[in-house]
Amino acid sequence: MEVLTNDNWILTVGTFLPLAGVLLMMFIPAAEEVLHKQIAILTSGATLAVGIWTLAIFDYDQSEKLQFFVNEEWISVIKSGYTIGLDGISLPLYILSMAVTFLVAIYTWNNMPDAGNPKSFLMLMLVLQVGMAGSFIAQDLILFFVFFEVVLLPMYFMIGVWGGEQRQYASLKFFLYTMFGSALMLVAFLALFFQTGGESFSFAHLYAEGASIADNTQVWIFAGMFVGFAVKVPMFPFHTWLPDAHTQAPTQGSVILAAILLKLGTYGFVRIAIPMLPHGAEEWAPVIGVLAVIGIIYGALGCLAQTDMKRLIAFSSVAHMGFVMLGISTLTPLGINAALFGMVAHGLITGMLFFVAGSVKHRYHTLEIKRLSGMLIQMPRLGWILGFAAMASLGLPGLAGFWGEFPAILASWNPNPALDQDLFRALTVIAALGTVLAAAYLLWLYQRTAFGEPSEEFSGHGHGHGAAHSLSAAANAHDDDAHGHADIHDVTPIEWIAWTPFLVAIVVFGVYPQLMFEVMDPAVSQLVEHVNAGIGAP
Amino acid sequence: MLLAAEETSHAVGEASGWFIEHAWLIPVIPAVAFFLIIFFGKKMPRGGSEFGIASMLAAFAIAAGTAWDWIASISDHKKVAGNYEVEALIKQWTWWQSGGTEFGIGQHIDGLAVMALILVAFISTLVQIYSTEYVRGDRRYTHFFASLTLFSAGMLTMVLAPNMVQLILGWEIMGLCSFMLIGHWWEELPNAKAALKAFFTVRVGDMGLLVGTAMLLGIFGTLDIKGINELAAAGEFESKSMLMWAAVALFIACIGKSGQFPLHTWLPDAMAGPTPVSSLLHSSTMVVAGVFLVARIYPVFHVGLEINIDGQSFNLVAVIGGITVLIAALLAFVQNDIKKVLAYSTVSQLGYMMMGLGVGAWTASVFHIFTHAFFKCALFLAAGSISHTASHHSFDMKKDMGGIWRKMPVTFGVWMISTAALCGVPFFSGFFSKDEIIDSAKHYDYTVFYIVGIVGAFMTTAYMTRATYLTFFGTPRGGAAHFMGVEDHSAHDAHEVHGHSAHPEESEHADGHLPDDDHGHGAHGHDDHHAPAHHSRPLPFAPTDSPWQIAAPLLILGILAIGSGYLNAPALGIYWFEHHTESSIGLPIAHEEEGGEEHSEEAAAAEGEEGGEEAAAAEGEEGAAHSDDAAIYSVPAPPKFKWVNAAPGLGLVALGFVVSLGMSMAVFERKKNPFTPLVGLTQRSKIARGGHTVLVNKYGLDSLYENIIVRAVAYPISKAAYWVNQNVIDAIVNGAGKSGKQAGDMVYRYIDQGLVDRAVNASGTAASESGHAAQSVQSGKVNQYGALLFGAAAVGAIVLILTNA
Repeated sequence: MEVLTNDNWILTVGTFLPLAGVLLMMFIPAAEEVLHKQIAILTSGATLAVGIWTLAIFDYDQSEKLQFFVNEEWISVIKSGYTIGLDGISLPLYILSMAVTFLVAIYTWNNMPDAGNPKSFLMLMLVLQVGMAGSFIAQDLILFFVFFEVVLLPMYFMIGVWGGEQRQYASLKFFLYTMFGSALMLVAFLALFFQTGGESFSFAHLYAEGASIADNTQVWIFAGMFVGFAVKVPMFPFHTWLPDAHTQAPTQGSVILAAILLKLGTYGFVRIAIPMLPHGAEEWAPVIGVLAVIGIIYGALGCLAQTDMKRLIAFSSVAHMGFVMLGISTLTPLGINAALFGMVAHGLITGMLFFVAGSVKHRYHTLEIKRLSGMLIQMPRLGWILGFAAMASLGLPGLAGFWGEFPAILASWNPNPALDQDLFRALTVIAALGTVLAAAYLLWLYQRTAFGEPSEEFSGHGHGHGAAHSLSAAANAHDDDAHGHADIHDVTPIEWIAWTPFLVAIVVFGVYPQLMFEVMDPAVSQLVEHVNAGIGAP
Repeated sequence: MLLAAEETSHAVGEASGWFIEHAWLIPVIPAVAFFLIIFFGKKMPRGGSEFGIASMLAAFAIAAGTAWDWIASISDHKKVAGNYEVEALIKQWTWWQSGGTEFGIGQHIDGLAVMALILVAFISTLVQIYSTEYVRGDRRYTHFFASLTLFSAGMLTMVLAPNMVQLILGWEIMGLCSFMLIGHWWEELPNAKAALKAFFTVRVGDMGLLVGTAMLLGIFGTLDIKGINELAAAGEFESKSMLMWAAVALFIACIGKSGQFPLHTWLPDAMAGPTPVSSLLHSSTMVVAGVFLVARIYPVFHVGLEINIDGQSFNLVAVIGGITVLIAALLAFVQNDIKKVLAYSTVSQLGYMMMGLGVGAWTASVFHIFTHAFFKCALFLAAGSISHTASHHSFDMKKDMGGIWRKMPVTFGVWMISTAALCGVPFFSGFFSKDEIIDSAKHYDYTVFYIVGIVGAFMTTAYMTRATYLTFFGTPRGGAAHFMGVEDHSAHDAHEVHGHSAHPEESEHADGHLPDDDHGHGAHGHDDHHAPAHHSRPLPFAPTDSPWQIAAPLLILGILAIGSGYLNAPALGIYWFEHHTESSIGLPIAHEEEGGEEHSEEAAAAEGEEGGEEAAAAEGEEGAAHSDDAAIYSVPAPPKFKWVNAAPGLGLVALGFVVSLGMSMAVFERKKNPFTPLVGLTQRSKIARGGHTVLVNKYGLDSLYENIIVRAVAYPISKAAYWVNQNVIDAIVNGAGKSGKQAGDMVYRYIDQGLVDRAVNASGTAASESGHAAQSVQSGKVNQYGALLFGAAAVGAIVLILTNA
């Protein structure tokens, strides 16, 4: 495989730069909270700057090739190398992880979770960033696995220490479940390594050799990877850790979890499982497709049953990741492009929804849908942002979410010729039903929380004057403080800074999706060609 | 072969001109204006409405220029080639790509697109001007204009879409705007619910759009409208049944969007939105999107559903359209809300358009889109004018209207003209379009739909006569009485209900209009915040009518409610509209009756056209063979107009007028006339009462959808799914975790503590105790579980490697 090696310091710097911040923070007492926040923002900002520089010097004409490629010795005993590189498939996710971490760090400025101790919290977040970025640049299975696992621990602590009331249960479940998947995944990695002659863990080698493994064996190895990645995605029926983890996690944790961590699973399918085991992928594709579509419908039904806003958003992730997996299971460029786009779009949109949920919780101290009402009157801007994110989430064209869903539907009607056409066509129809249910749960949520008058509990005045008060409040949105309800306020400047890039990106990618498709498509096409060659399809 | 190719390239002209080249600007301008309104609207002296109106005027100017260019291209081509086959001007820029295939965004300008562009831009402009007065002082004035402008941008994007994806983009943006505008006064639950219902119902149909588009990609390998039309018309597809299913799927989307039976239920509820919204989105433009889609990719439907195949007397499009015509017209009889009457009338007219497309009358249906937009928009704006000026923001015909024609000459005049157009009275616009649909149905042997058409015309006249009588004639009641300065004699019964303000939203908030403050709940329950002093100046010749921003658009639309019909008046031998749009059909027109008995009746212009085509067809074998091929998939030529054919329909219209007027006088004014015996029939006859109840309950469809389907999904089904999630799937996970912990405990107690630890360090009792304490710490468990899982995994790995080695 051809690679480009110029400027190849940039990935290493971009990935490990957050550790410099961590190191610095270690030596500063925890009491210096503001300083810690400043360091974290600066570090993640510098990381993002490196990321933007990477974007600037990335050669878009050769986005199918690995760029900034490094291949150094690492653990030669087990034939694992420090092999890293970036291509059109990983570039969007790599940059997304940097941007999200930076914006979450900014958000933390005055939205520290109740447990306090920004020092540890932000250090963990920076370590998390290293793991996420590393997973996207790794071109060696062991290296990938290490980064993949590095992610686990900081998130475990973020949920377990800074989370909600049932944080202990949720964090343990998250950790163990992912660990369980990782274990099987590692087995599969080892099996793959030995089956290909035990020569190297590098992706290039495994791409070249994987297809020659006996078909039956491929299916078994794929099964191991499937469980590992499917837990992370999460796919039905391995999803039950997700609602708990999301609901209990602090806002920052939820955002990172939704925006990046879930994508490690889907990325694993695209980058590792499918190209390395083409025949395994072919055999498993119907299973993945069926489970994905079950996830779409099931996740949507789960949403409809929720009484808690954050849990509802968490369940919606199951449905959305179902679309991503449906795209992947088609084994077509159209589907995998859709999946990759869907990953970024879901990261932006669901991340935004979790931000809003966090801010609602911060103001009302509850996320119970029943108790929230008339948010548009009390906090018009936040209400609009929620509406915007809900519309994006239900796949409105012109916003980013559409480009994950719609091409996936197109692709699943026209899947890879090696797959069962009728099955996938049936799946298409059911998946389309999922778009209706998505509209149902999101608009229902919106109607119950944003429309109408604020409930008595939060409207601030006693009986009789409630309506009049809220109406005048709408006429003059900044009036709330005067009534002694300082905690229900509209979007703060820090929130604007942290959110605006999300909102802008949702619109920009929605209006002009070519920005991302252009980068991904050559790499994806090459990948699908490789898979087709591996399964002997035309 | 070569000759034939030259022949075609000669016969097909190309559209050109600066405006046509730059038609893509038409939706871009309002889209930019939308962002200007959102970001700067509140700071502007007129709250952002100036951006909206300016952008609509600019869009209209370019649309008019485009139309000019198109007309010029057609006439140039006609001179050279003798036919109207002008190629659409298509421009696409890469919007997204996948697998090396590029999908574009851009423009597809042909007769149909030009017609829709100019229609949407024009009506949007008028409605925005109207709105500056109608929603004056509204607390979300800026948002209102932002949504209206975004809507126009969306619709314009859709109508010039060169491919299905752009069409979906515009389609869904319209849906979003419809949601925002219906729910404009969302403080009140019914409005929020209506908005949700509209979005959601249309979304159900949109499933068909997504799947149907995927099918089209599968069948034709392209999503370009031109490509789809050409391939479908040429029969270049593998499986006809697949094409049929694609047509069915896409038609489901049209059912949802265009309010066809059985998904029409959202449209009447959408009247909860402000009247300008009802007039723009929910009668004249957005709701025709479904009809437009069928017309846009007509070959898919025509070929897929085998429309006009010999012996076919039913097909999906026609049947749905026909049912819609009748059921909606029936419902219009039992409405008391003037906007609901108009809403059901819209549904019914959309049914006509669909039915027309279903019987192969493409031109007539598209022309009906055109004329209907003007007169229905005018009717809604007139209703708004009445509510704004005369009936104190009520839309209840029975409680708050009556006798107001004297003081509202403009509104009344426009209403009467538009009603005549809607009913299909000869020489008003609706006559020319609707009659041609009905005539075509008969002519193409769709007899059932011919009958549906004329019965529908009868019902249309009857319910409109009823509505007109209640609104403008008889004794003024309620708000109208106040406006007319007469005593409200209807107080004895009507006031029981609404005078005491038991249901405030029923009277003063009939269209959801919220008061800005708490006063205004007077004895009449009227909302006085729109005191006359608040209004702008009326037109000089109609001092008691609505202000000029309302009256002027009404007048313009009133003129068009007559005038627009003369663009295509078969009765007068005018085929101008047909000639300028027929190249958009995508199928050849089979002039089977050339030289037939009615040939002499045709206008000279049309004769010339046919002669030209004849000559073109006669040239060379290839040409003849080509036209033979095409004859499999072609639309029949429009029937020749004959007054004899139109007579039954016109007779029924007249009958409808007489019967309804008589009934109205007998029922509402208790005047003795031949219809008096029928008064109170619903009290006396069980059948009549039953029928009335069915209509009042809207055939039970609402309750089927809301109380059965939605409720089932929202409650039992989702709850059950969630129960399974918590008690089955999650229980397995938790069970696995618990048994893991138990196994760990056992290992720890018996093996680790019992054997290993004792053997290694028998004296460490204290250490063992502290170890117990640490065990309760979560992280301690993690280590154990992790170790256990990894152990298990290692065993698994070994097994796997051994078995496959």
